[in-house]
Amino acid sequence: MRVATIALHTFKESVREKVLYNLVAFALLLIGTAILFGSISVGVEQIILITLGLTSISVFGLLIAIFIGIDLVSKEIERRTIYNILSKPVSRPEFILGKYLGLLFTLLVNTAIMTVGFYAALFYQKRALLLDDLRFLGAVYFILLELAMVVGIAVVFSCISTPVLSAVYTFCLYVIGNFSADLRAFGQETQNALLGTLCDVLYYLLPNFGNFNVITQVAHAEKIPGYLWLGNSLYALLYIAALLGMAVLIFEEREFR
Amino acid sequence: MLALETIELTKDYRLGFWRNRVKRALDRLNFRVEAGEVFGLLGPNGAGKTTTLKLLFRLIFPTSGTARILGKPLEDISVRFRVAYLPENPSFYEHLTAEEFLNYVASLFGLSATERRRRLGELIEQLGLSASRHVPLRRFSKGMIQRLGIAQALINDPDLVFLDEPMSGLDPLGRREVREVILRLKERQKTVFFSTHILADAETLCGRVAVLHHGRLQGCGELNTILRLGVSTTELVVEGPSAEVLAELMPYTSSLVRTGERVRLEIPEESQVQRTLEIILRSRAKLISVNPVRRSLEDYFLQKVGASESSQEVASVYDSS
Repeated sequence: MRVATIALHTFKESVREKVLYNLVAFALLLIGTAILFGSISVGVEQIILITLGLTSISVFGLLIAIFIGIDLVSKEIERRTIYNILSKPVSRPEFILGKYLGLLFTLLVNTAIMTVGFYAALFYQKRALLLDDLRFLGAVYFILLELAMVVGIAVVFSCISTPVLSAVYTFCLYVIGNFSADLRAFGQETQNALLGTLCDVLYYLLPNFGNFNVITQVAHAEKIPGYLWLGNSLYALLYIAALLGMAVLIFEEREFR
Repeated sequence: MLALETIELTKDYRLGFWRNRVKRALDRLNFRVEAGEVFGLLGPNGAGKTTTLKLLFRLIFPTSGTARILGKPLEDISVRFRVAYLPENPSFYEHLTAEEFLNYVASLFGLSATERRRRLGELIEQLGLSASRHVPLRRFSKGMIQRLGIAQALINDPDLVFLDEPMSGLDPLGRREVREVILRLKERQKTVFFSTHILADAETLCGRVAVLHHGRLQGCGELNTILRLGVSTTELVVEGPSAEVLAELMPYTSSLVRTGERVRLEIPEESQVQRTLEIILRSRAKLISVNPVRRSLEDYFLQKVGASESSQEVASVYDSS
């Protein structure tokens, strides 16, 4: 109950952030311009629209997750509003979980708005929407899973660092996470056993976002394999649980002087 | 029944880049607060008052020692349903209105919608926030924020209220309002624990006080007992005493000031008051007034603080190595 209260409060707080509206408006604008790009790309209009549209959702979702996620905990500490909350019958894990879920809900709503914009652009171009077009929701689902992990990372950094550094660290980890398969491949190629092991450890520790990008597949009407649905969902769930566990452990030890 | 008990409560802060310097903010604090009393924690800035309150709400953690609130250990957050806390210089969500914020706080206590509305209406009315209940908090003055802080602290109708410098930064009207809130709580048998460096507030409100300085407890007890401690003087005003009478009184007085026909005498020893009165009454001089001069809390405070400052024992900063 208290988690839900904090989550709802966090949602209401984050939807008042002006940066959120700027980002969503910009994303919708970019999705709109995808129609223009599509119209000058003979034969691949739809592919251009789908790729650019879904990528916009992913990129702007990432920016929203980072910009709002990093402030989640640090702003409460900086403004000392946390004193009022933690002096109530609210445990620290409840606070972290509530904050996380609140932001996740914000992202869900924003992604939904951007997805509606994407389908509107698709309808404008095709003059119709087919049942088959629902396959793009698969890509949106994976984007959401990815964003849920990014918010988790942002919350961890928000518990230990300043907002600016948290943003930098989260973004770096996101970029690294997109190339973690390359890290493993490098480890397998190298002759140095120690380096190989290190690459392997890092591969398992760092988030692996590579499998979450199915934009190209759905743009080319390829089916998303069943194992990817299950694997990505489980992976995201476990990774988020680990991140939140870490955030709670850090936050439990944190003193507010 | 004990509302609060601190047992050897100690807090060290590690300072410096290598965190190898230790500053003792609170040193083996022991005191007890009975249920239903208004208890004041006094001390100058940096004495350890806020540190004590933050420890009690686990915003920081003790280096050693512990405390019990309403008989429960600090780790037991279920006790928070029965206690309240107003931090020093409180800060709230600026984008919310007073009503939205109080609703949020009430939800954290799991109050039902009906109960929420009732408590909210009562507190908003009681603390004079009716006209500004729909105004965003960013437009609130310091006094209004403080009043809202008290309202949020009382939303759960607590048995024990902790207020950290509740009068700080308030104008005389605001201070009077806060005093009235504390007195109303006292009337309702609630326990109030408040920290302050404004001695007049403590004198007006507190039954018992504890004095902190450099993180150490300098004294704790009934306010009246503390005020009676040491030497209290008696002031006599006499009109038209002769030179012989004054000479006779001289051995008993610590101060003698003549203003026109009147002479003001200070008798330091209570046991000598009777003797001096006899001398005056048997002379032709007219006795105008006899006033026992109570020792003020300020005197006590300065004496305790002075003693602590001169003590080499209080080495608040030392090397851990």
